[in-house]
Amino acid sequence: MTQAPLSPHLFFATAAMIASIVVTATAGDVLTASAMRQIGDLDDIRAQRGILGSVVAVITNARFGVGVFCLALSFFALLYAFSHRELSLIGPAATSLTFVANAVAAKFFLKENVDRRRWTAAIFVCIGVALLAF
Amino acid sequence: MTFRRYMVLAAVTVTSACGDSFLAQGMKTIGPVSIHHPGELFHAIFTPWVAAGIVLLIGFFASYLTALSWADLTYVLPASSLGYVIMTALARFWQHEHVSTLRWVGVLFITAGVGFVTRGPAYTDHKAQTEKELAEEVSR
Repeated sequence: MTQAPLSPHLFFATAAMIASIVVTATAGDVLTASAMRQIGDLDDIRAQRGILGSVVAVITNARFGVGVFCLALSFFALLYAFSHRELSLIGPAATSLTFVANAVAAKFFLKENVDRRRWTAAIFVCIGVALLAF
Repeated sequence: MTFRRYMVLAAVTVTSACGDSFLAQGMKTIGPVSIHHPGELFHAIFTPWVAAGIVLLIGFFASYLTALSWADLTYVLPASSLGYVIMTALARFWQHEHVSTLRWVGVLFITAGVGFVTRGPAYTDHKAQTEKELAEEVSR
């Protein structure tokens, strides 16, 4: 695919595509993580009810279903973006921004203790993933 | 964190990287799929590389969910990003793709990020956190 000139319209369209991927992916990750916290330690559930029991516990959780739905939306938003813009732009931008968005969302929605160490890790991974595009 | 739990995180990392690489290898052997013949994608599912890639990605999702049941999202995501490092190594040494210096610098950043997060606690103890906040409130 050839590089299109970045007109203001194209810039906002690209930004909107990346934002929709990041928002849906973050919502999916946070909802899935929240569902897993609600369900409890899967190792314990498997010890008590076996593998089938732990699978049933996960797939019957409504929050998990909504999380997977958001992840599916994010996947289709990614495919849509790939059909309009370059893989080397969309892939790293969406993945790296999702790392930072997840850290923010985990702090506010999951009440995780996102200390300086975790912020540093998220930012380092974000920079690293962005560099993988070059 | 027990040894078994580190093994689950390793499974998240390895299965995601190998799953993606197997899918890429499978689709390379099939060649470009036309949008007018989506049935070719269905055929692709039954080729050995793509089928193995799908099995590995199912393994990835299972181990990822297991990790999220005893660790924070802000711990699991950076810790499992080591998969990008494995994927880059596979691209260079298995697929014989060119990997630029900047990409290797990116790999170093990711490795450093993983190093930071895995040295800290894996799980936020909400009960202890609430008790601490209450104690601070009382002392004021």
